[in-house]
Amino acid sequence: MDSFANRRHIIRFIIILIGLIYIIRLFILQVVDNTYKVTASSNVLRYVTQFPARGLIYDREGKLLVYNEAAYDLMVVPQQLEPFDTTEFCEILNITKQYVDESIERARDYSYYNSSIFLKQVSSKTYAKLQEKLYKYPGFYVQARTLRKYTSENAAHVLGYVGEVNEGIIEKDDYYKMGDYIGISGIEQSYEEYLRGEKGVNVYLVDVHNRIKGTYANGRLDKKANVGANIISTIDSELQAYGEKLMKNKIGSIVALEPSTGEVLALVSAPTYNPELLVGRIRTKNYVDLMSDTLKPLFNRALMAQYPPGSTFKIINGLIGLQEKVLWPSTKYECAGAYYAGRMRVGCHIHRSPLNLIESIQMSCNTYYCNVFRNILDNKKYPSIRESFDQWREYVMSFGFGKYLGTDFSNELKGLVPTKQTYDRVYGENGWRSLTLVSMAIGQGELGTTPMQMANMTAAIANRGYYYTPHIVKEIEGDYELDESFYTKNYTKIDSNYFNIVIEGMDLAVNGEAGSGSTARSAHLEDITVCGKTGTAENPHGEDHSIFIAFAPKENPQIAIAVYIENGGFGSTWAAPTARLMIEKYMNDSISIPWWEEYILNAEINYNAETRKHLE
Amino acid sequence: MQRRVNIWSNIDWLTVTMYLVLVMLGWINIYAAVYNEDHQSIFDLSQRYGKQLIWIGAAIVIAFIVFVIDINFYSYFAYLVYGIMIFLLIAVLIFGLEVHGAKSWFVIGNIRIQPAEFAKIATALALARYLSSYNVQINTFKSYVRIAAIIFTPALLILLQNDTGSALVYFVFLIVLYREGISESILLLGFFVVVLFILALVLEKITIILLSIGVVFIIFGFLNKKLKHVGVGLGILLLSSATLYALNKLLSLGLSYYYIILAALGVSAIFYIIFSIRYKIRNVILLLIFLLGSIFITYSVDYVFNNFLEDHQQKRINVLLGLESDPYGVEYNVNQSKIAIGSGGLTGKGFLRGTQTKFDFVPEQSTDFIFCTIGEEWGFMGTFFVILVFIFFLYRLIGIAERQRSTFSRIYGYGVVSVLFFHIVINIGMTIGLMPVIGIPLPFFSYGGSSLWAFTILLFILLRLDASRLELLR
Repeated sequence: MDSFANRRHIIRFIIILIGLIYIIRLFILQVVDNTYKVTASSNVLRYVTQFPARGLIYDREGKLLVYNEAAYDLMVVPQQLEPFDTTEFCEILNITKQYVDESIERARDYSYYNSSIFLKQVSSKTYAKLQEKLYKYPGFYVQARTLRKYTSENAAHVLGYVGEVNEGIIEKDDYYKMGDYIGISGIEQSYEEYLRGEKGVNVYLVDVHNRIKGTYANGRLDKKANVGANIISTIDSELQAYGEKLMKNKIGSIVALEPSTGEVLALVSAPTYNPELLVGRIRTKNYVDLMSDTLKPLFNRALMAQYPPGSTFKIINGLIGLQEKVLWPSTKYECAGAYYAGRMRVGCHIHRSPLNLIESIQMSCNTYYCNVFRNILDNKKYPSIRESFDQWREYVMSFGFGKYLGTDFSNELKGLVPTKQTYDRVYGENGWRSLTLVSMAIGQGELGTTPMQMANMTAAIANRGYYYTPHIVKEIEGDYELDESFYTKNYTKIDSNYFNIVIEGMDLAVNGEAGSGSTARSAHLEDITVCGKTGTAENPHGEDHSIFIAFAPKENPQIAIAVYIENGGFGSTWAAPTARLMIEKYMNDSISIPWWEEYILNAEINYNAETRKHLE
Repeated sequence: MQRRVNIWSNIDWLTVTMYLVLVMLGWINIYAAVYNEDHQSIFDLSQRYGKQLIWIGAAIVIAFIVFVIDINFYSYFAYLVYGIMIFLLIAVLIFGLEVHGAKSWFVIGNIRIQPAEFAKIATALALARYLSSYNVQINTFKSYVRIAAIIFTPALLILLQNDTGSALVYFVFLIVLYREGISESILLLGFFVVVLFILALVLEKITIILLSIGVVFIIFGFLNKKLKHVGVGLGILLLSSATLYALNKLLSLGLSYYYIILAALGVSAIFYIIFSIRYKIRNVILLLIFLLGSIFITYSVDYVFNNFLEDHQQKRINVLLGLESDPYGVEYNVNQSKIAIGSGGLTGKGFLRGTQTKFDFVPEQSTDFIFCTIGEEWGFMGTFFVILVFIFFLYRLIGIAERQRSTFSRIYGYGVVSVLFFHIVINIGMTIGLMPVIGIPLPFFSYGGSSLWAFTILLFILLRLDASRLELLR
């Protein structure tokens, strides 16, 4: 019956075999191998983390922007502490006796046997003094770290900053330990994984007198730290610095792209802050100050502020009209200073009439685009406005509006392009017509776009129909590749031949004869053909925002730019001359008409300098 | 037919003595592990060692109760107990408390109970009941399915609690099945899958396919005992490989060696099948299926590894296999554990003299890593002694299981042996770096009421059955 009884021998054999293997292993571990002997009870191992230097950041020309400076954290292991001379200790470190007691108490609470940070970021000078005396203080040792240093006070929003990890991060990613640093915004955050390198560890044998007696087990347990990868950003630091200079005393932003690559040449968000403010022990205090500033210097307007695009959006509606064949270059509309339809009136300014498409861009005629926009939506090709509206929305979104562009900034916003559901909710399913939506003809109303999206649209126009996703990093040193998407063309849904027509209009808007009605003559340059379009974003809270988009030169464009100046009024007043200076600076590296520069630099727009003194 | 015998005089006192020795050793080592100068008394109830004494006292009472219950209870109510345990395992998923990421604790007042610990007993009982049932044939498909259901239902529920270690324990019931006559080929197959899984993580795919081909040809040689067949088979494979290699070069297809061999294998397989049918050569198709299976497994390993295991589990396996270094995480624990044990030397540092095994250096010092304290303070003498006691203990339990007259008792006995064996091997193995870090307790040693009580009940049911073994006449 029990024919498998013999199998018990095999089971017994396995048990004894494994027992023997374990006994042999233990014999080797405990008797033969000397690696693990820590005989004297006072000898202890100390795990000293080797923090790699964080990768450096350069600008597109290879100019250093961010580097590191050595700093030292004083660590304590409560279990190894012995009574010591606190007076001398406090003197060296410039701390109070109370701080010593509290910190040791805190360390004891955290762990009796593991090290905790006693004092953060001791300077090299203090460290030198302390090092000679360290033998007197068993239980203390110094851990080298690095702090970020900046070569200029510019580009804070691009570079971002580094801060200590919080518990949420530690829980999610076990690479990070209490007290470690992590990139919190900008390049520092997006490229954290490359910049941080890889931590290493040295295991030392330490004697009773707190002296390192050598590496443990010939360094077999050690792991070398890998230095972080250096990053070459796409920023042109001179242009960036110039942009920040121009935007001083103003609120708004400038985004400049290289159309042929999608590389960000400059990204200004004003007001900005000095990146040095968020480094080291002063960080916490300064952060609170910056947070409580009413002008929100930490807020990256270039990526997060959403404004209506204003008249710049007429270009898009013009292109859609051409593509949908409801508009031809020769189409003319009369304008008697306003657009009237039923009880609706959209005001315009005084200009000659009638205008064709090119002239309508040159003079920015509101009436013209109310007609174009209504023709797009009332196109007989579609069964109802619901379909034509969807089609219009697709076109708009193909320029990168109403969606995340997918830049390498983590905090970009996607802006707003309404859906038909938006109108259904307000007017009911059949309650809206093309006239209901007419404010979007001239870029007002329910549209929200970020300066980055506007610069990107400009690049798409400059490229005659496609854009590269804007990005801030050109190259990661070492064997790393940038994201594939930064090398892929994103095509708009407009055929490329239509672009030359609207570009003609943008050329005339800037370079038309004086008195011809051109709206953006303040962006005119003698030797470079700038193509641009002004805009004004309606602001229900005060003076309107001044917008200007442009690219240059007309053929083979080198730069596409969007300038926003909050409460600046018409686009031609402040935004256009600012863009003009930026373009000239980038293309020629000199300014031909210095008074334009003076004019912008001295302008103080809705900006109370007094209240911000403390941040300078 | 049954007769009454005095169960107290038939208790296997040797086993009971060993049990008490192990439990006492455990208590002393918990004292040493969490020794706190402010609470020097080993009876201090505010400390773990004081509490462990309470758990031990309770365990002895429980053992006594186990003995008072009628012997027939265990087999009659095996399924009921099993059903209740399954219910509790589901309940803990809903109402349980989460500790260290595993939702496996019930809280009643200030007592925390882990049903997973007790589910092993119920599973051992249910398995014994099923296998000992009249007219159950172990090697039928129906039985395989039912056995798998009995064993893996609790394992799956425990896995859902996120307690992988306790879930893995259930694989050890294979030992019971082996003793009860499950076909060797099933075990061999299982063994191959495990070996392939590990190899697939360590070696390149091409190495594995070459190894598998070698193994298959060797097996083929052994089975057929005709060198000529092996030679022809190898010839076909070499020829087709060479042809495909040349083609690849000529047409510059840029295929890697792996795919060339794979394709050659496909081409050769056609010839093999034709030859095997024409000349009536046996086992060819079976071996081809085996080869195909191993290729499939090497492919699926990456998928399973990346999709079914969590990050920390992948890490533990990688660290053990030496594929990844993690000096602050898993490796830190294992290193500290090895340092603690290794620093003990031949004779150890002496009771309460351990420096490495105080709580912060080695984690979970009083629970999962209690073996470190033994190693550090008692040295090789101590660890040798403990392992010897464990071996002798298991040996003795096998003896007890084998002398049972009822099949139910014997199978249950092997269940006890298997569960204890698994815990001992994995727990000690992880402290000396031979096994991955899986958080399961060392039987009778580790701090904790649930595990101590569960092991006590597990053991004493066997001793209870054993004490009455003479009641059954046959």
